[in-house]
Amino acid sequence: MSSEETNIFNEMLSANGNVRSPYSQLGEWLENQDKGFLGRKQREAEIMFKRLGITFAVYGAGEATERLIPFDVVPRIISASEWRKLSAGIEQRVRALNAFIHDIYHRQEIIRAGRIPAELVIQNEAFLPEMIGHTPARKVYAHIIGTDIVRVSPNQFYVLEDNTRTPSGVSYMLENRETMMHMFPDLFHQHRVAPIEHYPELLRQTLTSVAPAKNREDPTIVVLTPGIYNSAYFEHAFLADQMGVDLVEGRDLYVDGGYVYKRTTQEPERVDVVYRRVDDAFLDPLTFNPDSALGVPGIFDVYRAGNITITNAPGTGIADDKAIYTYVPDIIEFYTGQKPILQNVPTWNCANPDEFAYVIEHLPELVVKEVHGSGGYGMLIGPTSSKREISEFSKKLQANPSNYIAQPTLALSACPTLTRSGIAPRHVDLRPFVLVGDQVRITPGGLTRVALKRGSLVVNSSQGGGTKDTWVLED
Amino acid sequence: MLGRTAASLFWLCRQIERSENLARLLDVGYRVAMLPSSGEGHREEWRSTLISAGCEEGFREKYDELTERAAINYMLFDMDNSGSIRCCLHAARNNAKAVRTALTSEMWESLNTTWLEFSELRAQNMTSNRLPEVLSWIKQRSMLFRGAMLGTMLRDDTYYFSQLGAFMERGDNTARILDVKYHLLLPDNEIVGGGVDRYQWSAILRSVSAHRSYRWVYGDKANQPWYVAEFMMLNQIMPRSLVHCYSWITESLLGIENLYQEKSQSAAVASDLFQKLRTSKMDDIFADGLHEFLTEFLVSQNGLSSQIAEDYHFY
Repeated sequence: MSSEETNIFNEMLSANGNVRSPYSQLGEWLENQDKGFLGRKQREAEIMFKRLGITFAVYGAGEATERLIPFDVVPRIISASEWRKLSAGIEQRVRALNAFIHDIYHRQEIIRAGRIPAELVIQNEAFLPEMIGHTPARKVYAHIIGTDIVRVSPNQFYVLEDNTRTPSGVSYMLENRETMMHMFPDLFHQHRVAPIEHYPELLRQTLTSVAPAKNREDPTIVVLTPGIYNSAYFEHAFLADQMGVDLVEGRDLYVDGGYVYKRTTQEPERVDVVYRRVDDAFLDPLTFNPDSALGVPGIFDVYRAGNITITNAPGTGIADDKAIYTYVPDIIEFYTGQKPILQNVPTWNCANPDEFAYVIEHLPELVVKEVHGSGGYGMLIGPTSSKREISEFSKKLQANPSNYIAQPTLALSACPTLTRSGIAPRHVDLRPFVLVGDQVRITPGGLTRVALKRGSLVVNSSQGGGTKDTWVLED
Repeated sequence: MLGRTAASLFWLCRQIERSENLARLLDVGYRVAMLPSSGEGHREEWRSTLISAGCEEGFREKYDELTERAAINYMLFDMDNSGSIRCCLHAARNNAKAVRTALTSEMWESLNTTWLEFSELRAQNMTSNRLPEVLSWIKQRSMLFRGAMLGTMLRDDTYYFSQLGAFMERGDNTARILDVKYHLLLPDNEIVGGGVDRYQWSAILRSVSAHRSYRWVYGDKANQPWYVAEFMMLNQIMPRSLVHCYSWITESLLGIENLYQEKSQSAAVASDLFQKLRTSKMDDIFADGLHEFLTEFLVSQNGLSSQIAEDYHFY
């Protein structure tokens, strides 16, 4: 590790050079492997992914191309006790966020109580007036959530983002595990790794539990995809297949007499639950974006009438908006009466003049993000940017301060990773996947994303990040 | 099952079957062009290959001159030619992506690998020595897909729609080859059974992978036009004959009827066609004109295709 990185928490090796206990067996195993063995396994895994078609589309100049997300064969390990804390914190958070969304579209108690500014909600692009007064089954709005978490020390975890719209990546979590079990059975004999393969079952149970009450017996579930050119199409097909439900496009569904039907080779079949991977704006051209060819005309009326469940509900973006993010600790306290178990990253909201002034002064040390951005696009990472990049970004920021938030550059923890020059630490984050229905179900582990470039803090797959299998050890 | 899924399975299997048939056609064209007798005639051979593949018109619009290299490139790689092998495999893979949940992983992986490896082929590297190897690879990939389908797919409607696509394409292909080649081989007043180059006849049989099985079935009878046509149309044990294709098409449509517990117009149409092929005699077919018979067959088959799309809500 280079000298400027000495403050970084290494999840395998502690400062004095000892291997931390969750990694004790893996550390030994890594040392005993032939030089070249892991590299061969890595290539084997990539060939397997390619054959399976586990790819994502990258949009750049010209046509979209299919790429593999680089896979790192060294697993990341989380101990049982670390996971207990994380999962308790995540559960608290997703319950509070769902309560928040319900409140925001009903009495707005939290605004009346003065805990969150009204304009931040009402004028927010992610706030959907069409949802006002609507209560979905079990009062759940965000059913499928991917909570992005980073670690900076043995006991400090921060929530970076709550993805409450249509989080993706769970198929990589599952395929990474399959691949690892296939390639390194001996490692699984040595460790008690909490299984994750039942995720599709849990997802189906969750979706069944939130079907409209009158048809909850054996509801028909579908996964709605924008189609084969969407960057996450593989995942849509994968989840539908694993759950044993149809993967549909907008044109496969239609509304008739207050219900949604799918077009089949026989009689049309009524649909009860739509797990949609289409953004709000494209869901229903009659209610939202009239130019959308991806959605189902009239589906929103069926939804408002309570005849279909849409997961996640339209309008859940209000809960993972970056401007709302700073209030999540208040949101947790307001709805649960408890202190947050997981901390937020300290955040400056540039809409606030004082905070904006601080941000402008300290750009070289901060990470600045667009409020509505995602995928690592349109952000500034101060410490790794040139003076010119910073001054150009500064102009954009000054032109529209309320479009940005800023955070300190976190020293993301690092995990052992296979590089050209052997095993070396690389920065990681973690996205556990959470299901909310009749109960909260959290799959142990999640997707670890790793910045493969030395020193890099950007883990997004669109920016050269890779993924790792993530193990939660059982006691 | 979604109507779109049924349509995609149907088309996907047609496209794969088509890629295999195209590879066979190219292979034959290539062989015939190598014969010492062909000389200048090899140009005509490539023309008839293009016609059999149904893309001669498109070729003429694009090229002023017919060369072997241009013909091969056009049929193998050209994305402007919707009937090229590349277009077929590309469309098949897109259809497969769209219906991944209806395919077994073995089917998907075989097709996906075919496309990935095919994408790495470059027209400029397609030397004469390499071509036969590539064509045989394409045929094998199609057979691998088919094997994966037969070995792993549930015998439900997904299977029946897949089989329908494959056999309709196969029947279509056999009828077209016979129609085109037969007329080229029997110009104007040539009498059936006349002195036609026997290599040409064996080429027709090769283009449906039947040059050896013909021998087994017809023994020492030379490659007579009469028998070749009978073999390709009316012989029930020949797996690419029209009547064989229709026994599968009918069986698939009856299978769907049975599964859905509902009679369909398309099953009735297919049964009629099957019955007709089963009871036809070569004497009558030649008396009324082979070309007329095949044309009528292709028209009926198109009608059946539309009827299937209507009955099972393809879109």
